[in-house]
Formats: sequence, C-alpha cells, structure tokens
Amino acid sequence: MLFDSRPLPHRVVIPSDLRAARQIEEEIIRETEALGYSPQCAFAIRLALEEAMVNAHKHGNNGNPAQRIVITYDITPERAVVRIRDEGRGFDPDCVPDPTAPDRIPLPEGRGIMLMRAYLDAVRFNEQGNEVQLVKERS
Amino acid sequence: MPDVQADVNIRQDGDIRIIELKDRKILEELQIRQIEERLSELVEAEATPKLLLDFSAVEHLSSAALGVLITLNKQVAEHQGQLVLAGIHPQIYEVFKITRLNRLFSIQPTAEDGLKAFN
Repeated sequence: MLFDSRPLPHRVVIPSDLRAARQIEEEIIRETEALGYSPQCAFAIRLALEEAMVNAHKHGNNGNPAQRIVITYDITPERAVVRIRDEGRGFDPDCVPDPTAPDRIPLPEGRGIMLMRAYLDAVRFNEQGNEVQLVKERS
Repeated sequence: MPDVQADVNIRQDGDIRIIELKDRKILEELQIRQIEERLSELVEAEATPKLLLDFSAVEHLSSAALGVLITLNKQVAEHQGQLVLAGIHPQIYEVFKITRLNRLFSIQPTAEDGLKAFN
C-alpha cells in the first residue's frame, strides 16, 4: 500500500509534546481493543505509534513544543491506518542506516523506523518525509 | 496528567544488585531518564558492578529505553563489571532479536537464571 493523502475520519492536532502524544496513542489503542484486535496487534501498534511520535517530536519538530503534530487515523475492524505529520523539513527514509549493521549495533539510537517496519504491514513516508503512514492489518 | 515516576525496586544478593523494573510500560522520556540515572549511580557506586535487570513486569519498551540499556552496558563494561537482563517478555525479546541486540546483551529467561549467569 502506497502513501496516500486521502482524508481519514479522525484528525487531531497536538502541540509537539510527548505527553499529549501519549494521550492520542492511548485513544487509538483503546479503539483497536474495542474492535477486538489481538494483544499482539495492539503491542505492534503501540510500539510503532510511540516510535513515530518520538521521531516527529524530536527529529521533525526538534523538540519544540510551539510546533505541532497532526495525527489522522482510521481504525476499522479490518485495519488500523494512522498518519503522523510534523512541521519539520522532512528526511529521506532511504538514507537511514541499517541499525543492525555490526558497527551500528552498539549505538544507542536509530532503531525506530526499523521497528515500525518490522511490526507493521506498511510504513510509508510522504515525498517531503515529514509524514509517516502506518498500517496494521487486524489480527 | 501527573508526572511519571519510574518504579524501580533494588535489592542485593551477595555482590549482585538486582534491579526490578516495576513499570508495565517504559516509554516516557522522564521515566527513562530516571531509570538511567538510578542505574548509572549503581554502576558508579561499585568498583566492578554486577547488575541484574529483571524485566518480568515490563510489557512495553521503547527504542529510547533500549538506548539506555546500550549505554548502561557500555558503562558497566568500562568498569569491568557485568550486566545481565532477565525475565524479558516474549514480545519484547522479539524486539531485541529484530534489532539484534540479543547478541549484545547477556539475556537469561528468569531472574533466577540471571543470578547463575554471573562470574
């Protein structure tokens, strides 16, 4: 599934702040649980949301709470689709080094995108690289 | 929302410090920083620190928390000490496997096994 910019039914704008981000994460997890997503599925979604929010806040918005994070999402009985957009300049996800390369394993950072990709069915970035679309099929 | 405080229980078994991480989720930046500070103090307090981290209660761990463990592991190695992780939930162990951090750390199934892993 490619990144698409079709509107999703829920849209939330928060200041770039991890506390505020966590409240949205909890809301999304509650919705998946209400629809009977498995605990493994909820684990994967939580992990990916956490990594994406931290990336948006720290790397996209440089930790500046005056900037915003826009979260749009659609949780259906079939799948969860979440887009997270920051106000940064974006980046090229293809240029992120492999954190499992022997010389990078001892480094304390750089695993977020890899974990998102490992746990979700699709992770796509917009052209600018400041919005990520996360898709997890229900299991 | 109230401030998150890291819930950590520390006890001693011989020359081994057993650090029980009591939080179900280790995600919050402040919480991770508090854990990092506590662990760092424990490393600095011993000539050759022996630390056993018990994750039995932990169900979620962010990559930022993994980063702290990597830094701690390095710090312990610099002191010629030993760090053992134990009781890691299967879903979290999967995270270690995916990131290949299972090769970096000494990981044991339970805290009891962890105690036996020290030299």
